[in-house]
Amino acid sequence: MNMLDIQILLIMMVVGAVIAVESRNLLSAIVAVGLVGLFQSLAFLLLMAPDLAIVQLVVEILGIVILLRATIKRDTISPEGGFRFLPVFAGIVLAAPIVIAACLTALELPAFGHPLMSVAKTYIADGLAKTGAGNIVAGIILDFRAYDTLGEAVVLFTAVIGALAVLRKVGRKQKEERSAAE
Amino acid sequence: MMTNNQPGMTLIVKTITRLTVGVILLYGIYIVLHGHLTPGGGFAGGVIIALSFVHLMLAFGKEVALKRFSMAAASVFESLAGLMFLTVAVLGFLGGWFFLSIYGKGEPFALFSAHMVLLSNIAIGCKVGAGLFAVVLGMLILTKSEGKK
Amino acid sequence: MIYSLCLILFGVGLYCVIAKRNIVKIIIGLAIMEYAVNLLFVLFGYRLNGSAPILDKIQETKNIVDPLPQALVLTAIVIGLATTALLVSVAIRIYEKYGTFDISKIKKLRG
Repeated sequence: MNMLDIQILLIMMVVGAVIAVESRNLLSAIVAVGLVGLFQSLAFLLLMAPDLAIVQLVVEILGIVILLRATIKRDTISPEGGFRFLPVFAGIVLAAPIVIAACLTALELPAFGHPLMSVAKTYIADGLAKTGAGNIVAGIILDFRAYDTLGEAVVLFTAVIGALAVLRKVGRKQKEERSAAE
Repeated sequence: MMTNNQPGMTLIVKTITRLTVGVILLYGIYIVLHGHLTPGGGFAGGVIIALSFVHLMLAFGKEVALKRFSMAAASVFESLAGLMFLTVAVLGFLGGWFFLSIYGKGEPFALFSAHMVLLSNIAIGCKVGAGLFAVVLGMLILTKSEGKK
Repeated sequence: MIYSLCLILFGVGLYCVIAKRNIVKIIIGLAIMEYAVNLLFVLFGYRLNGSAPILDKIQETKNIVDPLPQALVLTAIVIGLATTALLVSVAIRIYEKYGTFDISKIKKLRG
């Protein structure tokens, strides 16, 4: 198969994800998630999506910085006691049928490598003429489908405001401690 | 665990940061401005701009970064960039519809062509950069924890 | 075959969210689920022996991969980072209030 490189990348991503899930040390788990993100960026590059490769790489770096900020100087060993039967059983029973059903549904789609492209044909055909941009993806997200970008800007704004609001609020115990210290 | 008592990291990290943080900021601005010609665009460039300020903050401690770009300035900058994106959209009303592209197209493959895409890229780059820097800054200065970070 | 590998990655992330007790592990599971879904979208739009959707002065080929899923995933990646940052801020606040990341102990303590 001429898709051998993408398949090898996907298998390595699954192995990295399993390491991230099962590792007891939180720092190893965060490094493994960074590995999955790096392979994802390589997969985007092999699938001819250079925009996405750049964005995935830098977002991965910032994500690792944010995750490390949460765990460093706090406890970094996961408090697992041993093999607890019920959550593992519930996890496998709930996750496996979803994955199997999705795999069976994916057989109904067009075969890999021959997409329908019924909408994208018009975007490619008069993308340069109508927007003047050489990068078709940038022309789509900022000229043909600018409403979606407006929605994304609103979601980003809300997430930033939410994170700042959660971080700014001082709890009741901290207020008592600070007033007792003065 | 630190051998020196100054905020920030060791001398090697500080020297390399002084040399490279300006180049990273310039690279982010380049990717934003050339978003309609080469891969990249507003989102990638915005995150790179945020990364340059985060790099400065991690290497030198938070006081140096706060002197350049304080929390209030980041919030104002992000809101202004969002309003600029909305202005680009509302000005389409001059042509008849919301988000209509009334701007010129210029000649293809030149730097200052496709004016709507260019203005939107700049607005989104500033917005994403300021917003993500504000979140990481908030995590470092608004939580109490002992140690350098 | 390639779709099922991507869906197995999604299943690993889903198992991590259900079966783990540490909050940071749950956030890692959510991040893995996001990566799997973004990759699945781009896999749906790939065209065999296609080229990247960037037009150049020398426009020699018209066999371009589907640009529409790439446009959808581009904003989804940055939104995923913003929601991860929001979850991590909540996790930091929980640690400062209760002293632990373990969610089974958080239910028992009263603030």
